[in-house]
Amino acid sequence: MIDVNRQGEVWVFAEQHNGHLEDTPIELMSRARRLADTLGVKLAAAVLGNGARDIAAKLIHYGADKVYLAEHPLLVAYQTNSYAKVIFDLIHKHKPQIVLYGATAAGRDLAPRVASAAKAGLTADCTDLQIGDHKTTDGDTHKNLLFQIRPAFGGNIIATIINYDRWPQMATVREGVMPMPEPDVGRKGEIIQEKVQISQQDLPLEILEEHKRPKKVNLKAARIIVAGGAGVGSKDNFKLVWDLANCLGAAPAATRAAVDLGFIDSDHQVGQTGTTVRPSLYIAVGISGAIQHQAGMSGSQKIIAINNDPGAPIFQIAHYKILGDLNVVVPKMIKTLREKSIKEEKAEA
Amino acid sequence: MAYNCVVLIKQVPDTKRITGKAMNDDGTVNRSALPAIFNPEDLNALELALQIKDKFGGKITVITMGLPAAGAILRDSLFRGADEAILLTDAKCAASDTLATSYILSCAVKKIDYDIVLCGRQAIDGDTAQVGPQLAEKLGVPQITYVEELIELNDKTITARRNIGAGWQQVKAKLPVLLTVTADANEPRVAAAKKMMKYKNARTPIEVEQKIKLENAEAAEADIKKLAEHKCSELEKKGLLIKQWNLDFVGADLTWCGRNGSPTKVHRIQSVVLASKETKSIEPNDRGISDMIHELIEDKIIA
Ligand SMILES: Cc1cc2nc3c(=O)[nH]c(=O)nc-3n(C[C@H](O)[C@H](O)[C@H](O)COP(=O)(O)OP(=O)(O)OC[C@H]3O[C@@H](n4cnc5c(N)ncnc54)[C@H](O)[C@@H]3O)c2cc1C
Repeated sequence: MIDVNRQGEVWVFAEQHNGHLEDTPIELMSRARRLADTLGVKLAAAVLGNGARDIAAKLIHYGADKVYLAEHPLLVAYQTNSYAKVIFDLIHKHKPQIVLYGATAAGRDLAPRVASAAKAGLTADCTDLQIGDHKTTDGDTHKNLLFQIRPAFGGNIIATIINYDRWPQMATVREGVMPMPEPDVGRKGEIIQEKVQISQQDLPLEILEEHKRPKKVNLKAARIIVAGGAGVGSKDNFKLVWDLANCLGAAPAATRAAVDLGFIDSDHQVGQTGTTVRPSLYIAVGISGAIQHQAGMSGSQKIIAINNDPGAPIFQIAHYKILGDLNVVVPKMIKTLREKSIKEEKAEA
Repeated sequence: MAYNCVVLIKQVPDTKRITGKAMNDDGTVNRSALPAIFNPEDLNALELALQIKDKFGGKITVITMGLPAAGAILRDSLFRGADEAILLTDAKCAASDTLATSYILSCAVKKIDYDIVLCGRQAIDGDTAQVGPQLAEKLGVPQITYVEELIELNDKTITARRNIGAGWQQVKAKLPVLLTVTADANEPRVAAAKKMMKYKNARTPIEVEQKIKLENAEAAEADIKKLAEHKCSELEKKGLLIKQWNLDFVGADLTWCGRNGSPTKVHRIQSVVLASKETKSIEPNDRGISDMIHELIEDKIIA
């Protein structure tokens, strides 16, 4: 158990595989930087692997003051036990007050194992993190705690979780909910090489085979997204979504209902159990706007909703509300955009 | 060779069917308005255990930590083919977070002779996926999370395919091991008619007592106890008494249970309010759409 200490650093577990730093820890860096600044403490990243010095340097560019680098031949591939042991040892040695992990498959596998060993609190799948004060029912006030904010009950409520009597405060954070910071290549920081004590016994699994499947679409990077829902009606009619996306240089996306109906591959799903996106423009075509869908797209800068039901919840978060039949509206949008580009070509010629 | 499996299951409110009435005005959840169901992925965990039993033999024990009402999912497990069911219930379990829950479950599991512990990937009320890995740590066994397929089981080693987000991994481990099972792993079988006949009257001691209390509203506490004891021993003779354990029985240290044992606390709960920003209504005709697109171009939102 680690005692409450106010000088402890803010840490991000910098998940990397084969020398490739995952997106989620990078996304975490900008918010973690803000948390550390609010608390007046250092921001550190912990990197585990073998030959990960390049990644350590990168993390400084993304905002870390310090990087704890734990390198060992047995850390070359992620395994729960070996990684949990090394992270636990680092936490024990340096006593950070906050430790954040990406809620990736590995992060959600690792963090609870560490939390159990450290007998520390852990909140899963946060969508927001803040610093704030908490008053207990006995009237005690705990200052400057990590507010761990997450949807619960299938997205129907938002809970703010804290822990004040046992350190560190730990959370996993959903992929894509925080914006990627721009790297500052001039930033300076300290890389601290840590001694690693692990043996073959800490690797109880044998990894026989691994297949990484690249996603068919990179929704997180898309500036514009055209998403279709069950209202589109059929896989054939989903062509409308693809065509509109094409005209705009946008990525095609979908609701879970559309995916379940076989209109499009699940890689395109936006929402609580799909990808979280924050594009400049999100066009929702035949989407009702269920809370689980909104969880993945309400951070979009501008939202256009096309729906023939005036009561559809999507209209409550839309900036442009088009009440009408998508089979009429979408072709009109495609036509307008095509005419515009023809005009531009002519003007250039 | 045979393998003994322990399956951890949970009764959860059906969050898919949340309606207006299911939320209180202060934004908290009105649990009583929600139907209670067998957590979906725990059914996949049970199904995987049943497949192991079908192929290799061995015993399946299901455990749930919960309120007396959770007797329903224990019976359901017996209907589907579990050999033994245990209700772990105690007022001192209340307000346990995932850490305290995993500690309490570890005390119960340690009382059982097991080769494989199976959990659902996550429960739909919390969606944390934390209890499985925390329990594995407390038991000191390796974990294989997000299992999609059991590839091989022989000679006390297990090979499984697990989901790693963008892809999959095939891993091998020595037993004992803890698995968390995803919905993709299998299609849970339905209750077998024969087993339903056999176990439909299976009860936990607390269910027996509650029923007797209801039927003998006037009776003294001591008489109710006696009646209940008698009924329980009758059920036991027929193999229909579902085991009921409390924290004392499993030897749990109360420092690590319930509110005391839970580092995480709730600071605030808010119901989701849909942010109504500035909305513009666009007419679904050529003019409306063309104006909107030009506005978006001017605002540099579309190129
Ligand atoms: C635990 C959990 C996780 C979930 N995760 C996700 C997730 O990640 N992503 C997700 O999207 N969903 C998720 N869901 C499902 C979610 O609750 C909704 O069921 C789903 O988002 C609905 O999809 P939809 O809007 O396409 O379909 P519907 O709700 O059926 O809406 C279709 C809409 O199309 C409109 N429409 C029909 N015809 C036309 C027409 N001709 N012109 C214009 N409009 C028309 C209708 O008015 C309606 O509003 C999850 C659910 C649960 C319980």
